[in-house]
Amino acid sequence: MSRLTELTIAEARTGLGAKQFSARELAEAYIAAMERARPLNAYITETPEIALDMAAASDARIAKGETRPLDGIPIAVKDLFCTKGVLTTAASHILDGFHPPYESAVTEKLWQAGAVMLGKTNLDEFAMGSSTTTSYHKPTENPWRKPGDNRPLVPGGSSGGSAAAVASHAALGATGTDTGGSIRQPASFCGIVGLKPTYGRCSRWGVVAYASSLDHPGPIARNVRDAAILLGAMAGHDPRDSTSAALPVPDFEKALTGNVRGLRIGLPKEYRADGMPAEIEALWQQGAQWLREAGAEPVEVSLPMTKYALAAYYIIAPAEASSNLARYDGVKYGLRVAGDSLDEMYELTRAEGFGAEVKRRVLIGTYVLSAGYYDAYYLKAQKVRALIARDFAAAFENVDCLLTPTAPSAAFAIGEKQNDPIAMYLNDVFTVPANLVGLPALSVPAGLSADGLPLGLQIVGRAFNEEMVLRVGDVLERAAQFTHRPSFIAGER
Amino acid sequence: MSSLIEGRTGKWEVVIGLETHAQIIAKSKLFSGAATAFGAEPNTQVSPIDAAFPGMLPVINRHCVEQAVKTGLGLDAEINRESVFARKNYFYPDLPAGYQISQYELPIVGRGKLTLDMPDGSTREVGITRLHLEQDAGKSLHDQHPTQTYVDLNRAGIGLMEIVSEPDLRSAEEAGIYVRKLRSILRYLGTCDGNMEEGSLRCDCNVSVRRLGEPLGTRCEIKNLNSVRFVMQAIEVEARRQIELIEAGGAVEQQTRLFDSARGETRPMRSKEHAHDYRYFPDPDLLPLVLDEAWIEALRAQLPELPDAKKARFVAEYGLRPEDTDVLVAERATAEYFERVARSNGKSRDAKAAAYWVIGDLFGALNKQGRGIEEAPITPEQLGALLDLIADGTISGRIAKDVFAEMIETGIDAAAIVEKKGLRQMSDTGAIEAAVDAALAAHPAQVAQYHANPKVLGFFVGQVMKATGGKANPALVNELLKRKLVQSS
Amino acid sequence: MALDKAAVAHIAALARIRLKEAELEPLAAELSQILTWVEQLAEVDTADVAPMTSVAAMRLPMREDEVTDGDRRDDILRNAPQSARGFFAVPKVVE
Repeated sequence: MSRLTELTIAEARTGLGAKQFSARELAEAYIAAMERARPLNAYITETPEIALDMAAASDARIAKGETRPLDGIPIAVKDLFCTKGVLTTAASHILDGFHPPYESAVTEKLWQAGAVMLGKTNLDEFAMGSSTTTSYHKPTENPWRKPGDNRPLVPGGSSGGSAAAVASHAALGATGTDTGGSIRQPASFCGIVGLKPTYGRCSRWGVVAYASSLDHPGPIARNVRDAAILLGAMAGHDPRDSTSAALPVPDFEKALTGNVRGLRIGLPKEYRADGMPAEIEALWQQGAQWLREAGAEPVEVSLPMTKYALAAYYIIAPAEASSNLARYDGVKYGLRVAGDSLDEMYELTRAEGFGAEVKRRVLIGTYVLSAGYYDAYYLKAQKVRALIARDFAAAFENVDCLLTPTAPSAAFAIGEKQNDPIAMYLNDVFTVPANLVGLPALSVPAGLSADGLPLGLQIVGRAFNEEMVLRVGDVLERAAQFTHRPSFIAGER
Repeated sequence: MSSLIEGRTGKWEVVIGLETHAQIIAKSKLFSGAATAFGAEPNTQVSPIDAAFPGMLPVINRHCVEQAVKTGLGLDAEINRESVFARKNYFYPDLPAGYQISQYELPIVGRGKLTLDMPDGSTREVGITRLHLEQDAGKSLHDQHPTQTYVDLNRAGIGLMEIVSEPDLRSAEEAGIYVRKLRSILRYLGTCDGNMEEGSLRCDCNVSVRRLGEPLGTRCEIKNLNSVRFVMQAIEVEARRQIELIEAGGAVEQQTRLFDSARGETRPMRSKEHAHDYRYFPDPDLLPLVLDEAWIEALRAQLPELPDAKKARFVAEYGLRPEDTDVLVAERATAEYFERVARSNGKSRDAKAAAYWVIGDLFGALNKQGRGIEEAPITPEQLGALLDLIADGTISGRIAKDVFAEMIETGIDAAAIVEKKGLRQMSDTGAIEAAVDAALAAHPAQVAQYHANPKVLGFFVGQVMKATGGKANPALVNELLKRKLVQSS
Repeated sequence: MALDKAAVAHIAALARIRLKEAELEPLAAELSQILTWVEQLAEVDTADVAPMTSVAAMRLPMREDEVTDGDRRDDILRNAPQSARGFFAVPKVVE
């Protein structure tokens, strides 16, 4: 009873089913942990009353023997998912006071499955960032610190609040969104698991849009099995999202067979280029070795367009964002700054409502779509994107999945890289390609840096083959035996 | 037909292209499930998608796609097997997303044509450049409050077809004919109700002028004209304005202008000061719209007979004159009414007479009552039966007018009226002969004149008809009168 | 592509973001740096490549023409900074 927040989702499910504890007790333990975790600033909005109501409903169902797959599991929701009647901010000043009259498709599915909402987690404003420092609601801190160094570190981003909450045991699992690495990179920085599913696997309906062709909702969890369980509840066809795939949802947990014998694992040689830090390279090789020992066959593959992925991303994502964010104009919801004319009202509202990084991307996006520049930037980037997709298609003719590092570094200090946008963008160098081509990609904690901070490895699979990615990730996780814990744990010990 | 405008320095040609926005007949909006009915309370037909709430996504309405394809087929146009939705980005309060979902590089319908029916019976072809699907904007009300504009999003997101013509029109009159013809085709197809008062059909006119033989001049776009009369007036005054400007040594500036119908002038739109840069790009929330051949063919098979085909058939089948036919085919309901007058109850009637009655008497009566043909008080079968009574000699054409008036009034069948009022034509030679004899006897002086002035025949016909209450068979009266007058004079 | 202050001001006007005069210079430098960096794409030969706008390998799904939403004005207006008589209200627009 004293260690409810130590359980995984799979274990909590078993305990609830065996009536070892109630959903209410589990929710209360997490509400307490959420309060203790406040110094991390992982949550923008805590919803303990909702959690207790949902837990009571779960307990009632469990008592009647009508248990649902996620009954009683306390979940944190990235504050990019609209939640009916609950403040939804996208971590932006411009959405001040916005209470959506609808529930996002993914969270609706989670609640239908019996999950319990703890609250809404912090993120980079409109999910634009890799550090959760651009939030209007202040940065989130990583629960990890370097041993012997008390400087707060970033949790990664943009889903940094979700990652910090899960890593500090202030949530049992969380939703994230991944547009360029926003689930995987914070998972890597926080020593947990993050899965970006295939584009179209999880509905985008009700998720505040950053870059529509690149946005992927997905789960953040403490281990691969939990990620598989969460994905099972989050995934599925949604006719309200025209890009949602009309495919059945497999039982992802069943994919965790522990058997990778005979699988061909591709190691893209171009990822090694341009001064990859030695410890990252070493961890990558270690990962390949673990899979080899498990009976898989690591082989080198080539993705020649890799070096252009980031540049293409930083044209396409801002272009789509500049249009997606035009709706924040002070007319229908959120912030309005008064002006003498309509245009002045627009300009003042958007000047005050958006932070520096959002403005930067909206301006870049506006520029690359503007008359005379569209072909040279936007169209060019979409062509390069097509070539990147060709690269992946060719590679997947010979391999079952790819193994790469998740990020080029471990977590860095809050404030670092702040004044150099490109240095910040380089965080996404290994994660962005999977967004451009929509392939499923999983980050699994695999080791510690020389500084004692977690590092993740990424597995990328074929479209709609999350099962393969989870299966290989599960084997990697077992081999890595990553049992290190962050310096801050909010859950009871 | 000469359509040149006489300026101070010579003759000018007006060059006009039209962009027509036609609201698609559909129950729900182009990308949301909100209703489209006209006249609802403000913001009651709005979904969070239409109001561009965060995270809301568009899903296209299949019926709207079908309507666009049908319209394309009706304009004899290419249907693009793949088309792309693009975002047109600009800020305006009645455009909640800050972009309009439209089609740009790849519209659903490509080149087509439309035939103008000129008043002299000739025809003229106008090129259709394209037809694309797009969302309507909401409505801004500027006159409700001294310092505020009110926004109603009921219209936001309703499906529109923008139909763009080539700059093939050469006068305000031609533009008027074009809009009427386009409206007629849309109504035949059931893809747009063409109701200009309610804004279901609106036109933007691109107008330029040039001296004959010179290259195209700089054009101005006159926005949002909501009646055929305004289209014609706006073109007229805009062309005059441009001619006067050039003749005074000025130059036309490419502009978006508004037509002020009260003052009879166009003026530049102030709110469009920002140089437009719409930053079109493919909407990433939507995928390319791919149409199957079989699907298109199924729609083609459903197309009704359209005005041009109907006109050709009416001319060929019924021997009508083309210029009479235009008014009959302009509305599908009128054409159908006419055809049922001409052919119903297993009878084939005199089509010219049928056309004459529909265009003349029926239209006149409906006009007087302010009704459309759908609300006509008598059915085409009833009118056909009246024609039968004339044809078989039961009543005369003159009596038929009275019977028709009563039918319109009461809706009662012609035969019943004739019976009740005893209007049956007198064809009994004996009775008519008696009336003829009486008339001749009463007016000997006129009888004497007949040889010198055969026109007195008319006088006697009148006398006989009067005496018989108009029921005498006019042909018999004439015949008998002629014979007896020759004998008597 | 190096952007100057005027170009930044023009883009900001298009995007309806008011910038202070003092912001223009540093933003011009930052945006120019980003643009120069992304211009590495010019190295890639894309002569016969069709642009990729979506990774979803499927057709645009269509919905039936049914009224399934609306009649919820309170939901639509509740979050508005200003509304009156069932309308959204904004500073007066002069046409």
